[in-house]
Amino acid sequence: MKYRMGVAVLSLLGILVSAYLYLYKIGAIGTLACGAGGCETVQSSPWSRFLGIEVALYGVVGYLGLLVVSLVGLQPRQEARRWPDDLVALMSGVGVGFSLYLTYLELFVIEAICRWCVVSAVLIGAIFVLALLARRHRHPGRVAREAVQEP
Amino acid sequence: MAATTRRGLTPFYAVLGVIALAGVALLAYLAAGPGSAGGVPANVVVQPSDTAGFRGYVMGADTAPVEVVEYADYQCPACQGFATVQMPDIRRDLIATGRVRWRYRDFPLSQHRHARLAAHAAACADEQGKFWEMHDLIYAGQADWAFRGNAGGAFRDYARQLGLELGRYDGCMDSNRYAGRIQASFEEGQRIGVQSTPSFLIGGRIYAGALASDRVRQLVDSIASPGR
Repeated sequence: MKYRMGVAVLSLLGILVSAYLYLYKIGAIGTLACGAGGCETVQSSPWSRFLGIEVALYGVVGYLGLLVVSLVGLQPRQEARRWPDDLVALMSGVGVGFSLYLTYLELFVIEAICRWCVVSAVLIGAIFVLALLARRHRHPGRVAREAVQEP
Repeated sequence: MAATTRRGLTPFYAVLGVIALAGVALLAYLAAGPGSAGGVPANVVVQPSDTAGFRGYVMGADTAPVEVVEYADYQCPACQGFATVQMPDIRRDLIATGRVRWRYRDFPLSQHRHARLAAHAAACADEQGKFWEMHDLIYAGQADWAFRGNAGGAFRDYARQLGLELGRYDGCMDSNRYAGRIQASFEEGQRIGVQSTPSFLIGGRIYAGALASDRVRQLVDSIASPGR
């Protein structure tokens, strides 16, 4: 349960970070709090869009999906089910892959680091780790052993 | 493993709600902020070095018999219309033929929050010999950046399109080194009676409003050949 709670909190933070970057990208926010200005360089680069859509918007939608799945997974009727952890692991796994690709672009193509993008990469990485831990915790063998030990 | 009840989740939902509310409030506060308008300050004290050797951006031959001074604001729609519709004809028929020397001066109006930033971006492009190219891109793209909270990214895109050395451009923009020069240009315009943009100083007289290229040609002809 605590893993799903962790995923929910991190997903909410991810939504806020992505929304911040998205609002900047569409011009609703004037400047990014980003130190040396790497965020503006990254956000104004052609790679800030993927398949014609702002990368930050993928973040907002992806984190929103993770939040919904984790909140559903917290409901008493879903507590013992494995699917929420599997789905979170799958979604965040895709997110980690996408973040790695974006980080590669920042380091070797754009040659600028956006700190908020790094924050997002850390968040999605942490969510992925939590999902793996949750799955491990619910491994059938382990669940069976715990069941045997119960009086 | 004991099942969690809905009531047991209440503190967690409360924490989640507080984070969400705080985050949304922060984003709303940032979105309601002034944007990047403050990027280039208007309240600078003009130093002699701001104007030393600089009297505007010039296009055309030094030997041209007539000089036209344009006072303009990159965010002014009439200036945009003039720059994109009339100016190509003027460049071809009057400037390229050696009949007119064109001098562009910044006159950023206070109601246009990105006007000084745009003027500064053009000044930074001028450092790399691309003022007029930047001038054209900024005007051509006015609709894309004028209503954004931040216009700096759009100007940087133009700098990239023009092949400017981006490190130098960024350094120039960060330094605000042309803020005084832009303000000096604005004050000079005020001194000679410019009240709106675009305004043109032709033959010692101010003409306010976007002039048609034919009207500019007519005025230039009347000055170059007063007897006609």
